[in-house]
Amino acid sequence: MYGKQLPIVDATRSAPTAAGPGGGTAGKPATFEYLTTRKDELVGWARKFSLFPYPFVTACCAMEFMAVSASSYDTDRFGAALPRFSPRQADLLMVVGTVTQKQAPILLKVYEQMCEPKWVMAFGVCASTGGFYQNYASLPGIDRIIPVDIYVPGCPPRPEMVIDGIMRLQEKIANGRHPIINDRF
Amino acid sequence: MTAPIFADVEQTLRQQMVTDTAPNDETPGPLSPSRPVRSMGVRHGILVLELLPEALLAVARRLRDTFSFDLFLDVTAVDWLGQTPRFEVVYHFYSSTHHVRVRLKLRVDESHPVVPSLTSLYGSAGYMERECHDMYGIGFEGNADLRPILLYEGFVGHPLRKDYPKQQEQPLVPYRPPQGALVR
Amino acid sequence: MSADPVLLPPIANPVRAAFGPSRDDTVVVNIGPSHPATHGTVQIIAELDGEKVLRTDVHCGYLHRGFEKECEDHTWHNLIPYVDRLNYCSALINNFAYCEGVEQLMGIEITPRTKYLRTLLSEYSRVADHLTCVAASLMELGAMTAFLYLVTVRDAMYEHLAALTGARVTYSYGRIGGLAADVPEGWFTRLHEILRDYERYVERVHGLVDRNRIFIDRMRRVGTLTTADALHWGFTGPVLRSTGAKQDLRKDTPYLAYAELDFEVPVGILGDNYDRYFVRMREMDESVYMIRQLMEMIPEGPINVDDRRCVFPEKTLVYSEIESLINHFKLVMEGPVVPAGDAYVAHEGANGELGFYLVSTGEGVPYKVHVRSPSFVHMGGAHRMLDGYQLADIVTSFGSINMIGGECDR
Repeated sequence: MYGKQLPIVDATRSAPTAAGPGGGTAGKPATFEYLTTRKDELVGWARKFSLFPYPFVTACCAMEFMAVSASSYDTDRFGAALPRFSPRQADLLMVVGTVTQKQAPILLKVYEQMCEPKWVMAFGVCASTGGFYQNYASLPGIDRIIPVDIYVPGCPPRPEMVIDGIMRLQEKIANGRHPIINDRF
Repeated sequence: MTAPIFADVEQTLRQQMVTDTAPNDETPGPLSPSRPVRSMGVRHGILVLELLPEALLAVARRLRDTFSFDLFLDVTAVDWLGQTPRFEVVYHFYSSTHHVRVRLKLRVDESHPVVPSLTSLYGSAGYMERECHDMYGIGFEGNADLRPILLYEGFVGHPLRKDYPKQQEQPLVPYRPPQGALVR
Repeated sequence: MSADPVLLPPIANPVRAAFGPSRDDTVVVNIGPSHPATHGTVQIIAELDGEKVLRTDVHCGYLHRGFEKECEDHTWHNLIPYVDRLNYCSALINNFAYCEGVEQLMGIEITPRTKYLRTLLSEYSRVADHLTCVAASLMELGAMTAFLYLVTVRDAMYEHLAALTGARVTYSYGRIGGLAADVPEGWFTRLHEILRDYERYVERVHGLVDRNRIFIDRMRRVGTLTTADALHWGFTGPVLRSTGAKQDLRKDTPYLAYAELDFEVPVGILGDNYDRYFVRMREMDESVYMIRQLMEMIPEGPINVDDRRCVFPEKTLVYSEIESLINHFKLVMEGPVVPAGDAYVAHEGANGELGFYLVSTGEGVPYKVHVRSPSFVHMGGAHRMLDGYQLADIVTSFGSINMIGGECDR
């Protein structure tokens, strides 16, 4: 259906992505790698606990988004409470609800206006795969137009599941590379 | 037990109804501009009138002014693919004083799917006619603004017609290649 | 990270504005469709003279998910989850209105217990919807406390409904001929507790907001409508009632168990945003009063009608008798056979007249399911409430219409 084969990876071996913290630094002194690793841990810790979501809210999942932001489930404990409705000021694009073909250009525009580093959460099954709307109007998952970092399925997902998604995203951010000066450091 | 207002409406429109036709008869009688009402009947508490498209404005104005059907509820269409005339345009009105509803049904053909617009009588007809035009391609003569409302600029076709395949997408943004890797 | 700048292709514009700037000193701005105050996805193209809004062009359709086309592909039972996601704030009302339409076509009369339960749950859903609307409107004005109070009550209601239906937001609880399951043990006790909590929290919100100078200044005489205007532009529900018209389908054309209940229909005076806020608050109180009456009135008995054309047989019978097995099989594979004809059933949804127009050709799959959605019609008349006021008033007026995207765009 996609027309292009996805690379198949063995789960026992590590994924053939770009090398972990430090980059493929063959021949670099160990102190440089040590500094880079510690810098990545520090910046990752800071970034994961101060996520500024851009709630790109469309449909029914908005009800659970409101519930998870309110006092019973509270995303403020994770530092992810303050929404920023300007894409320039936000770093987590939460696509909440169905994105239709008509809405797709707007989503792409908002994503492109956000500055690095940015992460995308597909909140709900309509944003992940299109849900049970398989027709002319609905986009079958937002990863058709923008890259997604974490998928939170559910129709709509329970608030606990959203929080689980945020925590996994925080793990991903903590373990990732955070180049701040150039692409090596 | 039908509302008394229905008896008034039926009495007024009876002289415009076709002759020699029982109310629920299948075969249409001889319709003409002076006798545009094909049938009248009450079903589940709603008065249902079937009439010619040319008579729509006059009947709707009569319903609103004389019989106080002041709330225009809905216009939609049904695609009877394979039948001629193909489209059946259905209107619903509500009276805030008598608390009853009326349904008007017209038939238009595929070759000329145009009905008069009700925007001169009801402001709410604007958006509803736009939706009907979007979904079925029914033209509304007199409605100056028939831009797509539920669909978008550049969408070709009318999705609720029976010959439009459900999954035929017309994306505005080209799809990107799939990301990630399949992990065994 | 140091790649050459790539010129991206221009992103297509899905809409065409109706107008451009009419004078040299006016500017046309675009509000939405991704905007904190447009409650989902609505785009308002407004021509501004400084802060004053001269005219607006409201574009909806950004959440058009093809509900009607999907319905033509699913059996009468299978499309109940789609119906839920229309007005997702009060999903049960959609369920019951649709089921009543099919029951009318099939000529089924529901059991007394189901009738009262459906009425109770409709009112419960209405409270949840009004809580959401008021909470969102107040949050947009900056009253975050009121939002948190009301969402706490709503959350308790969601958990409570999850104990009954299995889901918090989109329940799929109505069935043709009855309901999915009966009320579990202790559900009504918990309902009493939640209604007491509701009263405590809503009293606080009244205290914070009702006579608040800022609130009154922002909402009084903003977004005013007259009754004649409202009827001309198709407004129903709380918006119409705020203009002073005592129009309510529960009183005028009683359905379910509303004829036996004692309740008032609150109306407003000026038809402005403050009246709409107050009409919703009073309607919630009336709904709570109705729920309390209904809890005394629910009789014992079966919840599903004994009609094998649409009600699934007991599982024990399905596994032991061949007739029940075939019945179950036919209901799942072909769907309940609904006699040919068309029906229009309208319930008083939280936003106004929610109507279902169903067309059947005698099969298990509908020929057409059309929703007369109040939010969509209100979008057509929204410009009457937005034109002539300030730019910041768009936020409050739009919030007081309570446009629900799923219902508006279907």
